[in-house]
Amino acid sequence: MRRIFILLQKEFIQIFRNKTILPIIFVLPIVQLLILANAATQEMKNIRFTIVDFDNSSESRRLVNAFDQSKFYTLIPVEGNVDRAVELIDLGKTDAVLVIPKRFGESLVEGTPVNVQLMLNAINITAAALTQSYTNGIIQNFASSISIQNTNHIKSKQSIRHWYNPELNYKLYMVPGILVILVTIVGMFLTAINIVREKEIGTIEQVNVTPIKPYQFVIGKLLPFWIIALFELSFGLLIARLAFNLTIAGSIPLLFAFAAIYLLVALGLGLILSTSASNQQQVMFMAFFFMIVFLMLSGLFTPTESMPKWANWFNTINPLYYFMKVNRMLILKGSDFTNLSGSFLSISLMAVVVLGVAILRYRKKSA
Amino acid sequence: MKNVIEVENLVKQFGSFFAVNNLTFSVGEGEIFGLLGANGAGKTTTIRMLCGLLSPTSGKISVAGYNAYTQPEQIRASIGYMSQKFSLYSDLTVWENIRFFGGIYGLWGKALKGRALELVEEFKMHDFKDIMVESLPVGWRQRISLAVSLVHKPPIIFLDEPTSGVDPVARRMFWETIHHISSLGTTVIVTTHYMDEAEYCHTALVMVDGKIGVLGKPGEMKQKYGVKTMNELFLSLARNGNSKS
Amino acid sequence: MAQSSFLNFITKEFKHIFRDTRTLLIVLVMPVIQLLIFGFVISSEIKNANYAVLDYSNDYLTKRLVQRISSSGYFNFKGYLNSYDEIEKVFKNGDAKLVLIIGNNFSQKLQNDRFANYQVVTDASDPNTASILASYVQGIVNSFTTEYFGLTRQKERVSVQSRMLYNEEMNSAFMFVPGTMVLILMLVTAMMTSISITREKELGTMEILLVSPLKPWQIVVGKVIPYIGIAFTNVLVIILMGYTVFHLPLRGNLLLLMGVSSLFIVLALSLGILISTLSNTQAVAMFMSMFALMLPTILLSGFIFPIENMPKILQWLSLIMPPRWFLSALKTIMIKGQGLQYVTSEVLVMLTMTTVFIALSIKKFKVRLE
Repeated sequence: MRRIFILLQKEFIQIFRNKTILPIIFVLPIVQLLILANAATQEMKNIRFTIVDFDNSSESRRLVNAFDQSKFYTLIPVEGNVDRAVELIDLGKTDAVLVIPKRFGESLVEGTPVNVQLMLNAINITAAALTQSYTNGIIQNFASSISIQNTNHIKSKQSIRHWYNPELNYKLYMVPGILVILVTIVGMFLTAINIVREKEIGTIEQVNVTPIKPYQFVIGKLLPFWIIALFELSFGLLIARLAFNLTIAGSIPLLFAFAAIYLLVALGLGLILSTSASNQQQVMFMAFFFMIVFLMLSGLFTPTESMPKWANWFNTINPLYYFMKVNRMLILKGSDFTNLSGSFLSISLMAVVVLGVAILRYRKKSA
Repeated sequence: MKNVIEVENLVKQFGSFFAVNNLTFSVGEGEIFGLLGANGAGKTTTIRMLCGLLSPTSGKISVAGYNAYTQPEQIRASIGYMSQKFSLYSDLTVWENIRFFGGIYGLWGKALKGRALELVEEFKMHDFKDIMVESLPVGWRQRISLAVSLVHKPPIIFLDEPTSGVDPVARRMFWETIHHISSLGTTVIVTTHYMDEAEYCHTALVMVDGKIGVLGKPGEMKQKYGVKTMNELFLSLARNGNSKS
Repeated sequence: MAQSSFLNFITKEFKHIFRDTRTLLIVLVMPVIQLLIFGFVISSEIKNANYAVLDYSNDYLTKRLVQRISSSGYFNFKGYLNSYDEIEKVFKNGDAKLVLIIGNNFSQKLQNDRFANYQVVTDASDPNTASILASYVQGIVNSFTTEYFGLTRQKERVSVQSRMLYNEEMNSAFMFVPGTMVLILMLVTAMMTSISITREKELGTMEILLVSPLKPWQIVVGKVIPYIGIAFTNVLVIILMGYTVFHLPLRGNLLLLMGVSSLFIVLALSLGILISTLSNTQAVAMFMSMFALMLPTILLSGFIFPIENMPKILQWLSLIMPPRWFLSALKTIMIKGQGLQYVTSEVLVMLTMTTVFIALSIKKFKVRLE
């Protein structure tokens, strides 16, 4: 209808005149992608390690060397004994202390068991656990390099094949997740803020007094941000390609098709929020709150299978969960429509429900 | 004269507070109808109900022959509205605002452009046409709000406190414009808390605490109460508490 | 007279906030919800991972092996595949994260050649989970085969005895409780303050305030005080929840803790004020707060991702992020239980930052008045 065209025209004029929205649309994805994807890593790259060697044999020195050679470890020397080393942990100058006892080298050669002690700063237990496992690995490797006497063990050509991400690059996993955040912020936040702003300033009244129908107004408000959000997605994908060499394994049109439907949900939610809030501050906080909850439960950082049953129940109505899943599956694995049909169905249902509720609420509120 | 607005026993309740309490009046075609009263008397609430921005608690409203409860859309197409709070888009130019609202009311293409130019001409806005509304001086904002409310040539317009905060000279000019519009056949309903503006209306309704204080033609009412100005009339009303004419 | 109008102003500000029940509710409840989600939903343990098996041997032994894996708690058995080609479909559907391929003559090869003929294929789109799951499978297969053949495993000749300092119970709350505190304080004090002050500007009421007998500093302080109150409430709630629900020990001097928290609150406030001088509309203030504050808080403060693992550039960047310093001080006080002398550098940095932000804000404010 012509009215919708007029509404769209006005929205776009306003958006492009708004000096802050444009930087947000362009700067936001770049910042988020670059910082987030680079910061987000679970690998331990720089373990500060202190070794107290009471043995000082050729074997123990070789062990120390093994750590020194490793690019993941930085040796922090210590003068003195174990207490002084632990003090270094206290002072935050080192992350872990390994104590090599006397007769370490001799025991290894003889074949008798020997204990070493490892003390870790366990405030961050994930990091500590990883450090522990790396360290253990290096030590065991080292031990087996000393001549073996016991041959009664199983050989296994243990082959592990990692598909879709053989280098185990965590960034590739995070980038689709970040794209979800980007698109949702633009879709949900900007829409909600935009509508409430009109309420707060009072321009919405002048429009309410005209014979414009509620659905026309809603389309006029949602469509611009729908378009901008989809643009954001393409821009984000482009940056991901340039900065991380991310190639999309699956069908790009399919990805956008899903995003388009997902956005209907996000925008609808933004609209619903805007009918519940009377000023921008309120709507911003409400949107922020919902987004954080949805995001944390969506599987951004941890797989949803590891979550308790009730969280998985909740996720059936969590749009971010579906988008996160589809995004990752399509981009990294090349999943196609038949693989994703379940998610498509769910998100389409959600779109119908959310938009329906949004329009109903809007009509009620403006009547 | 035909009545374009009929209001019968109109009530608006907020909780236990009666903002509008049993209002009955009618407005004739082409009249300038003034809704007067102190701040909080219920003028804005009444106007908003007439415009369809607020739903009444009870009572009958008919605007331009349409029932406010069952035919709100037809009403909206037939009225123009100027809000008390400035409600045009400050990040659009004067011209863009006119074209936007014109389009919403169904004006298109050449017709829209023609009407927009007409309004610019009528309100002498040539110099301001392409200026962002937010940069306009306050007095001009009222003018453009009025212009926009007239874009679709509605038979009835509602002006809510159009002259508040405007200097006396601009106020006079404004009323001249209103008279001009009225002489062309448009019915104008105006609210104001300036009692002297009642003199300019054909009919005045003075509201006190949501009820009718006095209702009638200013000349007749002044005679009846033996006062020289509507201001005096209002003061004596206020002193004597509620009273119906 | 100026005194009473100041008090009036503060009262008005409090009323504003308390009337806005929605925002108030969200701001008070958010830390609780966040802690709950971190505590009960987001865990670093991997369990219930769906896996499938392609078994070319299909004998009694391999069936027992599959049973063993399926009952380990880490895995959820989805079924047997019929061919190698099915693996792709299973991954693309997201039906399984790992496929165990058991080669032919598994039992014989094990018996005769001491060779365990199997392969693990993972869906490594989630690389962390993939490598952890793969190592679980290996571990289970290893112990299974050793058991079944009565073979001794190559004894670990070196056994590593680990001690987890400060956190013997391996309580993940040690990470997320201080982190949530930083996040919430940033949110409430900085973001809310900046939006609130900018609101007055956007609606035009700031000018009215500026012409009133209230001095500019009074306006700012008046606006800011209610948020300080909310922030403190949040701090107490978080500490309380940490102690009761998450068994976070209360080591360290409570007074010092409150002191450092207050310092951070003032720091965040000064940031919020600075942002408000730079924004004209609330939307701008919000987005600036989000990107200059919230995101760095989450990403670069060491809250979720250890700073030491980041590229050097980001490590330097994190040095100018206030939340990084507060988080470090918090962990030292709350978890290590150490005193003031161990947090001097953090405190000094925070003090310096506060002074800088306040100075900048005053300068910007003066410029606008002229």
